[in-house]
Amino acid sequence: MEQPEPDVVEQTVSTNLPRLETRVQSPATMPGTTIFDVRNVSIWYGSFKAVTDVSLPIYENEVTAFIGSSGSGKSTVLRALNRMNDLVPGARVDGEMTYRGADLYGKGVSATAVRRRIGMVFQKPNPFPKSIYDNVAYGPRINGERNKARLDEIVERSLRGAALWDEVKNRLKQSGLALSGGQAQRLCIARTIAVEPDVVLMDEPASALDPIATLAIEDLIRELKQNYTIVIVTHNMQQATRVSDRTAFFSVLTDSKSDTRTGILVEHGPTQQIFEDPRDNRTQAYVTGRIG
Amino acid sequence: MSATVQADPATPAGSASGLMPRRPLGDRVFQLLALASGLLVLVILVLIAVTMSQQSTSWFTSEGWSGIFSLDWDPAHGKFGALAFVYGTVVMSLIAIILAFPVSVGVALLLTEVVPRRWAQPIVYVIDLLAVVPSVVWGLWGILVLVPWLQTAIYPHVASAVNDIWILGNLFGPLNGNYVSGASFFTAGLVLAVMIIPIMTSLSREVIATVPASDKEGAYALGATRWEMIRGAVWPHSQVGVMGATLLGLGRAMGETIAVALVCGASATVTSHLLTPGYAMPAVIALQFGEATVGVFRAALIGMGVLLFLLTIIVNLSARAVVERNARRMRGAA
Amino acid sequence: MAAVTTAPGGVDLREPSGWRRAKSQFATGAMWFAFVCLLVPLGFVLVTVIAKGASIINWRFLTAGIPPNVLPANFGGMGPAVLGTLEITAFAAVIAIPLGILGAVYLNEYGGNRPLARLLSFLSDVMTGVPSIVMGLFIYTIWVIPNGLTGLSGMAGSFALACLMLPIVIRSSYEMLRLVPDSLRQGSYALGATKARVVLTVVLPSAIGGIVSGALLAVARAAGETAPLLFTIGVVTANNPNLFSGSNTALSAQIWLNASQPYVGAQARAWGSALTLIAITFILMIVARLVTARFNRYSR
Repeated sequence: MEQPEPDVVEQTVSTNLPRLETRVQSPATMPGTTIFDVRNVSIWYGSFKAVTDVSLPIYENEVTAFIGSSGSGKSTVLRALNRMNDLVPGARVDGEMTYRGADLYGKGVSATAVRRRIGMVFQKPNPFPKSIYDNVAYGPRINGERNKARLDEIVERSLRGAALWDEVKNRLKQSGLALSGGQAQRLCIARTIAVEPDVVLMDEPASALDPIATLAIEDLIRELKQNYTIVIVTHNMQQATRVSDRTAFFSVLTDSKSDTRTGILVEHGPTQQIFEDPRDNRTQAYVTGRIG
Repeated sequence: MSATVQADPATPAGSASGLMPRRPLGDRVFQLLALASGLLVLVILVLIAVTMSQQSTSWFTSEGWSGIFSLDWDPAHGKFGALAFVYGTVVMSLIAIILAFPVSVGVALLLTEVVPRRWAQPIVYVIDLLAVVPSVVWGLWGILVLVPWLQTAIYPHVASAVNDIWILGNLFGPLNGNYVSGASFFTAGLVLAVMIIPIMTSLSREVIATVPASDKEGAYALGATRWEMIRGAVWPHSQVGVMGATLLGLGRAMGETIAVALVCGASATVTSHLLTPGYAMPAVIALQFGEATVGVFRAALIGMGVLLFLLTIIVNLSARAVVERNARRMRGAA
Repeated sequence: MAAVTTAPGGVDLREPSGWRRAKSQFATGAMWFAFVCLLVPLGFVLVTVIAKGASIINWRFLTAGIPPNVLPANFGGMGPAVLGTLEITAFAAVIAIPLGILGAVYLNEYGGNRPLARLLSFLSDVMTGVPSIVMGLFIYTIWVIPNGLTGLSGMAGSFALACLMLPIVIRSSYEMLRLVPDSLRQGSYALGATKARVVLTVVLPSAIGGIVSGALLAVARAAGETAPLLFTIGVVTANNPNLFSGSNTALSAQIWLNASQPYVGAQARAWGSALTLIAITFILMIVARLVTARFNRYSR
């Protein structure tokens, strides 16, 4: 298959912000291993159908972005990937959702084990009211790690991986709640990677942060994908173009007869293709800003 | 679909497996422990009702329904009519809420409407202080300080002053001759009032705090004075809730034992003269239990405990029903 | 007192008519008077207890044995009663606090809106209104009657106090658990914690300040109770450090006994015990406040 030339567009923004590179990601060469395979998945909350008939693949060591207007089910699908929907009474998943070939919702599958492999970072940073050290060490500890030296090493590695080590290395005993928004979110990321998951899901991780903190998180995401598979929900299209390799566009389908709304997946593909040459009109309208 | 886990050749060994469940035993055990602890409340309440009723059956069988509520209390001769104690409990508790109501509502209004935020804290501390004094200390002070003082300095004057006034004479006049007693219905009611003021005040305060600020501002905006605002905006919203708080205070007063036992005068009489000695259910149980080792006497005292249990539950339920209804109304109106 | 300001257009900006203002001021005065009515008995009793009790309290008083009532104030002390109060209340706390916290955990974390949970929550509210004498009679009925006189012990008193404390601890712990933000639970679940782990490692530690303070207040209440003990500990004057066998005593019970004694010595010992008891409850109350303040500071 012919490789299209990567497009690199550089813009210098003359403000106090650091140089901003707006670059559409070059498409992945050949997609690697399929980590998630979602087939005809519909998700219900009680009698409300939140998403209908979603099918898409997620590939290893890529960043896949879910974009779309609110109510289109992006977060719902994301939370289904690590069975966080189980915590909502009345939630039900129809269809097939496999992780590395295994049915996530199969009989006898433990949600706890799922979540140890598939971590999640939330929109609003939620550090525990414990010290920075204890926040990061929490995951390894509940997995049984007791050795102090190993915990120290894990904490340092995770904080470095989250680009937070230099800022907090001298105050690891301070409360995690004392950090600024951007730092707290990086703490939550460090906490998530401390258990060495396979996948990191991110639900609008930067939407509660200021622009500078947002850029720091985006840099971090680009680094993290070398070691993890990342799925990120974002309502910021520029962010999607900056960080993701693949994009899935969701929309809301309104049934005028019964006046019900449900989320649907309109199309998915390499990010560059979605933004520069989308197949569906709705995608075209959304990414050019006419709707959503 | 099915739960078979295929090892994907491309993945590192072991990472695809392990999705199988291992619902740890600890998780299950913890949930059961928590449930058991919660159920304890139900178990204890049921046991109280059942076992204590069992122990008091001989009282019912020997006296019959009419006997239980008769005025004839004479353990030496096998007579166990409890009416005097029920009467005393009711009268003393009513006195308590009549005296406590204006004070607790007044202080609640003070805290919510008059006093600026900063100064509210010290006043709340004072109320907490009042709440934490143990009832036996109230009783000790009551019998050693209050009762003698009332008996010598206050009651005789009150009694002689109102002796000839029609209703007041019957309430506050002396019973036989010039006899008024410091240890009496009224004194017990007075001490009870002081003891229930903290809970009535904090509950009333909660109720009054739910009045929407918009109503209060509306009244002020029409040029109302503070009192007019309270009458017009606060009171209509909170009167039902304050009634609920009062009922809860009534429940507390009915169950209070030690302070009442020490200052009531321990005389099983039914009379309207409040400045004479009386008795109450919890007080007689506490004071006479030592002599009631077996038999119908003990069954009677335990039976009165059951009566007290039922009575306070009914009063508390009514209080909650009243407050619930009010809260629902408020939510609908807001 | 009202500044008379009549604007050019003839608008009258004076205070409302004297009568309305007077009514409002009178009402405010009445509210302050209500506060005074609250202060007077409190002040009266505290001053009396301190005045009459302070002079008798010293180390001997707190440790010496209980003398016959007839002896004057400088003989003996209330040692057994102090020990009894501390032991009996502590044991009651050991029983009631963990059970109460677990019960609140069930109601808030597992029970949700299910009918059983709502029933239990309702019943625990009902139970807070049960008079303490009923708890004493209850333990007498199920423990002392079957066991005869050997059933009378400090432990039986602890059971009765624990029944009293349980619904209070459940209530206050439940309110504290409700305040823990759900985002903390979600963060813990997302790291692969089981529900028990979530509760034990994140939810309870977050709420611990309020829970401890509520528990301390319940302990303060229990320490002051008399009625539950009258039927269960078999009030004696001898020293009995053994909580589990043999009759025992407590400060509250001794005050009850001495209050109706005609002897000045006994009464003086009663005042001393009252002051000691009040001091214990005050200390518990202050520690509870300090715990609340400190954990509020730590968690934000």
